[in-house]
Amino acid sequence: MSLTVAIRKRLGHFLLDVAFDTAEPVTGLLGASGCGKSMTLKCIAGVETPDEGRIVLDGEVLFDSARGINLPPQKRRVGYLFQHYALFPHMTVEKNILCGLYGEKDKAVKQRRLREILEMMQLEGLEKHRPAELSGGQAQRVALARMLVSRPRLLLLDEPFSALDSHLRDQLQPPFSSLIRSYGRQAVMVTHSRDEAYHLCSRLCVMDEGRVLRSGGTKEVFADPGSEPAARLTGCKNIARAVKSGAYEVDVPAWGVRLTAAKPVPDDIRAVGLRAHYFHPRAASNRFAVQLVGELEEPFEWIILFRYAGQDPASPPLWWRLPKDKKTAAPPDTLGIAPENILLLT
Amino acid sequence: MDWFPLWNSLRIAAISSVLVFFTGIAAAYYAARLPRMIKGVLDVALTLPLVLPPTVVGYFLLLLFGSKRPLGMALESIGVKFVMTWYGGIVAAAVVSFPLLYRTARGAFEAFDETLAQAGQTLGLSNTYIFWHIRMPACQQGIFAGVVLAFARALGEYGATSMLIGYTPGRTATISTTVYQLWRTGDDLHAFYWVLVNLAISATVLLAVNLLERKQRRGGRRL
Repeated sequence: MSLTVAIRKRLGHFLLDVAFDTAEPVTGLLGASGCGKSMTLKCIAGVETPDEGRIVLDGEVLFDSARGINLPPQKRRVGYLFQHYALFPHMTVEKNILCGLYGEKDKAVKQRRLREILEMMQLEGLEKHRPAELSGGQAQRVALARMLVSRPRLLLLDEPFSALDSHLRDQLQPPFSSLIRSYGRQAVMVTHSRDEAYHLCSRLCVMDEGRVLRSGGTKEVFADPGSEPAARLTGCKNIARAVKSGAYEVDVPAWGVRLTAAKPVPDDIRAVGLRAHYFHPRAASNRFAVQLVGELEEPFEWIILFRYAGQDPASPPLWWRLPKDKKTAAPPDTLGIAPENILLLT
Repeated sequence: MDWFPLWNSLRIAAISSVLVFFTGIAAAYYAARLPRMIKGVLDVALTLPLVLPPTVVGYFLLLLFGSKRPLGMALESIGVKFVMTWYGGIVAAAVVSFPLLYRTARGAFEAFDETLAQAGQTLGLSNTYIFWHIRMPACQQGIFAGVVLAFARALGEYGATSMLIGYTPGRTATISTTVYQLWRTGDDLHAFYWVLVNLAISATVLLAVNLLERKQRRGGRRL
């Protein structure tokens, strides 16, 4: 199983220039809205045409501008789960799913596969309902059923949870994940939620302004996002300009500190990132005097806002997140962070 | 009373509506996906018959199909003559009512959620199937309104029709040209009868539209 994508498409002033390849079961495209994630999926599905490039799925060329190959979407056998599910509003659940069996001419087989998928997706009893009568979770299951029943070779999932309420989202993620994985084909999922990306994807491509900034294993990308936008997209709260000052040292003028990293500092370093969870009052390294300037209470955590003693007054306070039971009555005077938790961003 | 004008008007309106249904939808479908500049120019050209005085449209039709014009002569050589024939009335009615369907259908097509068509494509549905079973049903209310307007307009067409096919009782007379001729010749009573016939048809059409819309809306609620 493999997917290779290298495409360019100009849309007005926006240039989509995406390249990645993946053999992982679930690949995530993580990026802010408008970064070209959905357009990338549409190009893979064939409902949009790139200006140039190549798309190869399991060795079969779906698109190759140099060789003049552009398979129509109907021939690609690529399933697409749309953000708002794109159920046909005038058709019943049953008719919607039968659209996925359009190519199957044997009526008995058609009915059998319809019954199977209805049962598997727990949609029995809803056959005669119209999309407008379905709840968000049901609509998602119908869209999944319609897609899976057509037996696609690749699944494209466009923000599959964005149309759902947040409690439903958390509830549906585990069964969704196991369904997608048990289908046995590769999936590419678009999301702007780092949690969703972390929960569901084994590989991640971080996108910004039409380009892939960083791709790699999900944990790897979170541990070393590599660039400022990627660090932000993976949830890093504290980011500041930095200057190399030694083989393993960087100066951060805005915070008035010199940090020691675990890895050699690249010459072209532009910024450092410190994740809010990684500070510790008694850390052995990178420990500096701090002044607490505010706090925000969350259900299970505290967010403490602090400033370094030598911090530039114009620079915003840093975030420190700690579990509620770890908060002490007397606030700490110093906070440190382990060298391996310094994100070096270029 | 000679009922020929009723029959003639109905067949002209019906046939022109069918013609306009297909040409209007095709034009609207392709215009909706053209670049904005070309679309603007095309839009003006296709909508002109709606705003021009029908007599001007009739004048242009005579320029095209007149028996001394190249196109008119070419058509006549294969036995087709649009001047002073009842089926010339179809041409006049179709040209005048075309913009009504074109514009309403284009509005409906532009409001269509393109992801539905894309979903159909990824499921393997043919483009023809998507057009007739997904795009058209989703746009049916706008298109239906356009068909009714076009039919009503074709039924009431007078200016271009009288210029192109004139008024020959029993051959080219329509309801609207008959009303005018009867009134002009002082036969007010018969003119009045035809006015009543016209009112009855128009009221029936509007009633049918309302009933169909209500039925659709009820269907919609059941959805």
